Amino acid sequence: MIDKRVVSAESAVADIPDGATVMIGGFGEAGSPIELIHALIDQGATDLTVVNNNTGSGEVGLAALIKAGRVSKMICSYPRTANSTVFPELYHSGRTALELVPQGTLAERIRAGGAGIPAFYTPTSVGTPLEEGKERRIFGGRDYVLEYGLTADFALIKCLRADSYGNLVYNRTARNFSPVMATAATTTIVQAQEVVVPGEIDPEVVVTPGIFVHRIVAVPNPAHESVLVAEGTSYP
Amino acid sequence: MSDPVTQTGLTREEMARRAAQDIPNGWYVNLGIGIPERVVKYVPEGREVIYHTENGLLGMGPSPGPGSGDPELINAGKRQVTAIPGAAFFHHADSFTMIRGGHIDLCVLGALQVSNKGDLANWSTGAADAIPAVGGAMDLVAGVKTIYVITQHTTKDGTPKLVASCTYPLTGPGVVDRIYTDLAVIDVTDDGFKLVELTPGVDYDYVAERTGAALLPIAEAS
Repeated sequence: MIDKRVVSAESAVADIPDGATVMIGGFGEAGSPIELIHALIDQGATDLTVVNNNTGSGEVGLAALIKAGRVSKMICSYPRTANSTVFPELYHSGRTALELVPQGTLAERIRAGGAGIPAFYTPTSVGTPLEEGKERRIFGGRDYVLEYGLTADFALIKCLRADSYGNLVYNRTARNFSPVMATAATTTIVQAQEVVVPGEIDPEVVVTPGIFVHRIVAVPNPAHESVLVAEGTSYP
Repeated sequence: MSDPVTQTGLTREEMARRAAQDIPNGWYVNLGIGIPERVVKYVPEGREVIYHTENGLLGMGPSPGPGSGDPELINAGKRQVTAIPGAAFFHHADSFTMIRGGHIDLCVLGALQVSNKGDLANWSTGAADAIPAVGGAMDLVAGVKTIYVITQHTTKDGTPKLVASCTYPLTGPGVVDRIYTDLAVIDVTDDGFKLVELTPGVDYDYVAERTGAALLPIAEAS
């Protein structure tokens, strides 16, 4: 019987090594797998390359991982958020590198990586500073730049409901990058608010098919980043 | 010559309302962060417009009432929103398929500068100490069929934001179709900026003096 459940967030992230590339789902706080990120902070892996749309807020979740000095490089589209002072400090001091990627290009690079497509052309960033160093080619009279697919060693994502095969359903706009990240990582680790037996999720509504998922941790009452920030929480 | 006394332009709410009058019935529309977000309140009665937010929602509704929001139902500005009956959620690659595949009819954005060739700069001042952050702006201007900009006509110190050539880093070249400012509505044409409409109480000279490139008057419009 296939059963991808693991007993804790701690055991789910235990083998993430120093130097790993980790995709972390979420757009702002929506879909951010805070409990998995906190387990990664406790675990101690460092020199990580992290792929996320943002850089977290306050001193919890992704911002706490960055503050702990574990992230040597961020790949993201928008590293500015209200209540975010952690990343700017490390960026200005040169301790965390930044690869700035337009949001749609970031999503498509991850999608392509997961689909076995090494590169693609897009019109996004043509004629802007972000085109620098990219190969340009004309199709049908229009300029495009070459972008490379993006893969990762691990993905940490959050969903509303999972079955033990790894089929996932998300909550509203918390879905965002998670379905494509699940396809692009060698090992995809999911925290689910509810874990059910196979058959309880209607196959017609499965968003992420279980083939893309490797480990599932039940986190019945996940914390919300904005609540923790409002409370002044600083992790650990 | 224009009256030396300051002529009063539109407020931010009035600029949003003016832009909303031009959105056709049935369009799929993405609204940028800032003044463009306010457009949603002013679409005329009898028109149905479907709002897209790039973080994965088609059919975005207004802000929730106090205490009724969901931190996992937000817009691109990361503020809590609602979903209308008939809304759809989707992941980021699908969302930008809508944008880059040319399926969104209109995007309304803010601006630091717009050139008379339609170049838009709205993501970075290029300052050495700034954290560069682009979000989805470059994808939107590259893929959406029509781009409107809502912006103050000048900066607070009176420097024109409508210019002959952008000095800030570009979001995209030749992408802006129409500009709504506090003083006027201006089209970007092959011949440069063309005045479409003056805010009541504002005259042509007053606008032209505050525009950083030639402004074709309404009379010369073909």
